[in-house]
Amino acid sequence: MTTAKLNLDPATVKLARELAKRAGEPVTHLARTHTTVSIERAVLRLAGLDGADAAGMPWVNRLADAVKDAVGLEHGVALPAWDAMVAGGYPDLRTLAEQAADGQVKFRIPAGGEAVAARELALRSAKAGVAAIDAQRALRSRMIADLADPPAPWIYLIVATGDIYEDIPQAQAAAREGADVIAVIRSTGQSLLDYVPEGATREGYAGTYATRENFRLMRAALDETSRELGRYVRLTNYASGLCMPEIATLAGLERLDMMLNDCMYGIIFRDINPVRTFIDQRFSRQVHARAGIVINTGEDNYLTTADAVDAAHTVVVSQLLNEYFAVEAGLANWQLGLGHAFEINPQVPDSFLLELAHAQLVRELFPGAPLKYMPPTKHMTGNVFAGYLLDAFFNLCGLMTDQSILLVGMMTEGIHTPFLSDRDLALENVRYVRSAAGRLGLSFQPDSFVVGRAHQVLDEAVALLRRIEAEGLLNAIADGTFGVTKRPPDGGRGLDGVIERADGYFNPVSDLLTVSARPDDPVSDLLGGDPE
Amino acid sequence: MSLSNVVRPYGDTTGDGRVQVSFTLPVPGVSAADRALGEGAALQLAGKMGLSPAMVVHTKPIGPDFTFFIVYGRVSHLVDLSAVTVPEREFELLSPAEVNLRIRTALGRKLVVVGATVGTDAHTVGIDAILNVKGHAGEKGLEYYREIRVVNLGAQVAIASLVTRAAAEQADAVLVSQVVTQRDAHLSNARELGAVFRAAPEFAGPARRPLLVVGGPRFDPQEAAALGVDKIFGRGTTPGEVASYLAHALAPVPAGASASVPAEAGA
Repeated sequence: MTTAKLNLDPATVKLARELAKRAGEPVTHLARTHTTVSIERAVLRLAGLDGADAAGMPWVNRLADAVKDAVGLEHGVALPAWDAMVAGGYPDLRTLAEQAADGQVKFRIPAGGEAVAARELALRSAKAGVAAIDAQRALRSRMIADLADPPAPWIYLIVATGDIYEDIPQAQAAAREGADVIAVIRSTGQSLLDYVPEGATREGYAGTYATRENFRLMRAALDETSRELGRYVRLTNYASGLCMPEIATLAGLERLDMMLNDCMYGIIFRDINPVRTFIDQRFSRQVHARAGIVINTGEDNYLTTADAVDAAHTVVVSQLLNEYFAVEAGLANWQLGLGHAFEINPQVPDSFLLELAHAQLVRELFPGAPLKYMPPTKHMTGNVFAGYLLDAFFNLCGLMTDQSILLVGMMTEGIHTPFLSDRDLALENVRYVRSAAGRLGLSFQPDSFVVGRAHQVLDEAVALLRRIEAEGLLNAIADGTFGVTKRPPDGGRGLDGVIERADGYFNPVSDLLTVSARPDDPVSDLLGGDPE
Repeated sequence: MSLSNVVRPYGDTTGDGRVQVSFTLPVPGVSAADRALGEGAALQLAGKMGLSPAMVVHTKPIGPDFTFFIVYGRVSHLVDLSAVTVPEREFELLSPAEVNLRIRTALGRKLVVVGATVGTDAHTVGIDAILNVKGHAGEKGLEYYREIRVVNLGAQVAIASLVTRAAAEQADAVLVSQVVTQRDAHLSNARELGAVFRAAPEFAGPARRPLLVVGGPRFDPQEAAALGVDKIFGRGTTPGEVASYLAHALAPVPAGASASVPAEAGA
């Protein structure tokens, strides 16, 4: 546990959390009263429906679309789908989906005893899916107990070839070189696809498609490497974009260990509709909570469009919102990989001290969270020698402020996808800083520049949270509060996939995940918790 | 050719020709024998690259199958400055105030710029660096210019919708950023952009078609004509360069007029 060095006022910290909660609550209400096409497809996936038609369109899409066209999705997909299973005597969901795609199935909203029967069957299938997620979580725990869990900070490296069969040897090599976490960057077009591609894929743009089979192949390869190395190597992917709930579900089923899952990233940077994003996000976080997956949030991205000094407080505000939404959905503190980044222009005087202040502030605001710290990208100019130095300062800041997950910076950032030697040099940099200064720790004079700056950022964050709470989070996003980008609530992609729930809406997965949540109120605990 | 037109790299003495290169070879480097073989291979490569004499100053195995080398050497090649070709910048660099004045004078209205990334490219970092008020490399983006109206459509815009939007906004220029280069997607997208805009019925008269400006880190600025667009900006382009080009192309100085800004106009 980190030691407090900034002498933050617990009342201010508590106020910041209270404001974040109040700003988030109306959005949570929206998520509780709506569903989306992707949430309904995630229910079908968890119930065991896999595969795609000849054109590559997943059966979950075909079935959900057929139900949507016939009776709408406001009662959920489960009730009409399992009612049709009973009525038509179909042996499995796949057969139902094929027949439905052919227009051979009549869907209806059942009532009375028929509704009870449909619910029971749906719940049984959903329970099997949740049990599969539980089994993967238990297997992860066993593997970590049998092997070893690497010491903090975890070293996080990226592979991104576009071809899963190229990714695998690269990921295994990166793990042997010292990576504790492997992230497979997703193909750049995927966030805007309203379906999850199927099977092993070899064609991607600046990344590899997130598919269930790609997840399975990579996890199996890393299991093999974990046993070889005697430490558990974690796998990361992206639960974001229009299919966030489905990808979260596949991640749970295939034992991914961390997922990028930010409450606002898709809105700001991918122009996905804000309402769709918040609804999808709550369901996906419920799945992550159950699966024991650590989420990674994307605040580092704000600093690539906004200035890292001027916008430092927007990072803190977003982290507090991400924390509220995560805890409300059932995630525990140890699952909150809140993100931030070392992106201050190195020409700014005292830039390292400013970075220290920001990193230490985040550390102390979220003492139990596995913070994910991102290296410089915006000010990597192509001067690889200066870039190597900047990365060393990033590593030093990360180690001095007890960051939990270090994404390793590459001196060739922005020039090309890392050479083998770039990665090796980057790890040499981390190893040197860790061995030379890992125990440095630090203390600041109470009236020092660093302490003053941290207090200033927290105060600015509280002021911004007040404004957001007053005008509403969706309006604040529309005003360009985050990442200097304006996103109105009725703009962006995916709004047509948002459905208001009818009375009698039934989602067996949500029921299971909500019932399994802690009986006490985790959000109250969060606010009641002493922030040190 | 005068002697001063010929240069060599400068290490610490004129004409010493000293350079540094680093590379990885797919050879093992763990055992002493492997290491000796690897260094010999590195020297052979250096020789073929024109480094003579060359010296391997650093050898490091990366895993069991690869070895990384840093090599210093004297490059035997000469550079003839008189034979160097530089793409001429056909426009002068202007300050934001000068750009604003040029637009006001020549157009008498705001200049309209529609920006987007097209195809599957979701990387808005390039287009945002040029358009967002925040800008890039110490220069404010085009949104900062009072006389430029910016419509940033963001990522993954279909070229057909870009045409529709450009027509609706009466765009003077369309800016397209392409970061993803896998399988030369940036080149095929730029070609498609040029072809579709040229064929679009919305822009039947040649004078009405918006200026097509494409940018991205892996473009060759000389390829504009080949790709069917009006201008290509490569790596390291700043918003000021783009704004200056737009003023040059769309808001030319009338013959005999002065483009300089009166002192009181300021920024």
